[in-house]
Formats: sequence, structure tokens, C-alpha cells
Amino acid sequence: MDKIIRNFAIGLVLLIILAPLGLLAVGETFGEWGNEELKEKFGLVPEGLEKLSGLWSAPLPDYAFPDSGDSMSVAAAAYILSAVIGVVICGGLLYFVGKKVAKD
Amino acid sequence: MHIPDGYLGPYTYIAMWIIMIPIWYYAGKKLSVELRSKQVPLLALAAAFSFVIMMFNVPIPGGSTGHAVGGAIIGIVLGPWAAVIAITVALVLQALVFGDGGITAIAANCFNMAVVMPFVAYYIYKLISGSTEITSSRRVIASAVAGYVSLTLAAAVTGFEFGIQPILHHTAEGVPLYMPYPLSVTVPAMTLEHLFGFGILEALITALIFAYIQRTDTTILYGEKSIAQKKGRKGASVA
Repeated sequence: MDKIIRNFAIGLVLLIILAPLGLLAVGETFGEWGNEELKEKFGLVPEGLEKLSGLWSAPLPDYAFPDSGDSMSVAAAAYILSAVIGVVICGGLLYFVGKKVAKD
Repeated sequence: MHIPDGYLGPYTYIAMWIIMIPIWYYAGKKLSVELRSKQVPLLALAAAFSFVIMMFNVPIPGGSTGHAVGGAIIGIVLGPWAAVIAITVALVLQALVFGDGGITAIAANCFNMAVVMPFVAYYIYKLISGSTEITSSRRVIASAVAGYVSLTLAAAVTGFEFGIQPILHHTAEGVPLYMPYPLSVTVPAMTLEHLFGFGILEALITALIFAYIQRTDTTILYGEKSIAQKKGRKGASVA
């Protein structure tokens, strides 16, 4: 079992390094438009949607530094950092909670 | 497939929280009873993998981008209930820190990606695999189909949640208050782009990882524990 875990972990590190490839895809995602985009598409921003959409300000919105401009290298660095944060928190949290509750 | 804040009205997002709370409770309870120390690294890796794989946006013809979720392989390897926990952790972090998926929509997003996906995938995999050998190539096909169908179905459910908004919430004049597009737009849009695009990616990822596990160590697969282990745990299960 240990060998397969190690290889999965190596695979995960590779995925983190390659993550900025995910930035290359340009286009819209259905149902995830910003308010401007929605106004262009539909003609108006629904009232309830507008109110709720500003509910939360994420510290790293869309896996980027807020107001960091258009630099691709900054975006790639932020993307990798986001992947590292994601892996460390998701993996770390489940590892420690898991070890606490696990039998034997 | 991450529904942002504002796209679901309160009827839907509150209903989804009411549905999800007992699911999370049961999944957590089941995990705390069944989880063995040796499986913990795998559980941690699963959540981390799901988080990262969702960052790989891929374009499809027509100008859309989307991603795989990893929910199918996690459901097959860890079992669907442990997958609920692993994928939920990834989705909550994405919403809180990265604004990917809304806060109000956390329960809806978890239902679609952390419940529908692993359960559908797990049972399709089981159904197609039947009683074949664990190393059978039929199981690789089964895992691919499981990935393909489960992601597409999760997308269709998301499309349904979107599409009922104009019916549930509109002004007296009929102007929609939340997601403005009706079912006739949202369900085909969500389903088709996953049917012809991202579903294929999920199928490939699922089959690839499954085939790798077949060649390396099948004892990590859910339900493939030794009989002695199962006997020792009689009466301990909450199921």
C-alpha cells in the first residue's frame, strides 16, 4: 500500500506543477458568469442574483491574487500557490482528522 | 459546475442545506466507525486530488470551459460515503478561499459533485463489473463508463437546479430574480457540454487511475478488504 500512496503523491505534485495549463482555457462557463457578462448575455442582472453575488469576498478569487493585472506569470504563480494551498489544507485536514478517528 | 452565489434562490439553496446536513452527518459517522489507519493517507490524497483536478480547465468547441471532478474514481476507490467527505472538503475550501462556487450554494454544489457523482459512479462500476475478477479489463471499462455517466448526470442535476429558478422566483411582472434561464436552456446546456466534452475527460481519468491501481495494489479498493477484516468488524457498522 505504501508504494502506491507514494506514487499517488508524486502524481499529485506533478498535477500541481502542471496546474497553470488550466489557465490556458479561455471561454465562459455556463451558469458561472459575472454580473457584467450576464447583463451582456441576458440583458439584465436579476435583482436577487445581484444582491447575493456580492455576499462573499474570497481572499484569492478565482485562484488569483486580487487586482494583480494581466501578467501571465503572476497568474501562473498564483495558480500554483492556490493548488499548493488546496492540497495542503484538504490533505492536511483529512489526514489529521482521519488519524484521530481511525481505528488501529 | 460550481454554482456561484446568486444563481439559486433561497428555496433551492436552503432545501439543499436541509438535504445535505443529514448526508454529511451520516457520512461522517460512517467514516469514523469504518476508517482504518492505513486508509487515512488515501482519503487525504483523494480530497487533494479532487481539489487540483478541478483547476484543470479545458476548452470544448463552442467556447465553453469546464473540468473533471475526480468524483468517480474517488467513489470507486474509497466507497461513496467516504467520497462524500473527501470531495466536500475540497468544495468548501474552493468556495471559502477561492470564490469558486458560492457560500449559499455550498450544499447544492456538494450534492451535485460530492453525492450524485460518487454514488452514481460507484453503482455503475459495481453493476458493469458484476462478479468479474478484480484485475479484469471489464472493470476498466466499468470505471470509464462510471466516470462518464456520473459527471454528465451531476451536470444535468445542476442544470435542473438552475432551470427551476425562474419558476420559483420572479417579480410580479415575471422578471426572474435569480438564474434567469429556464429548464429548456439550462438542462440541455449543462448536459450536452458534459456529454460531449468534460464527461470524456472524467472517463479517461477514472479509467487511467483504475487501471493503474489494478496493476499495483487492488487491496486499496473499497469492498476488497480481506474477509478476516470484515468478520472482525461485525456489529461495528452503522449501516
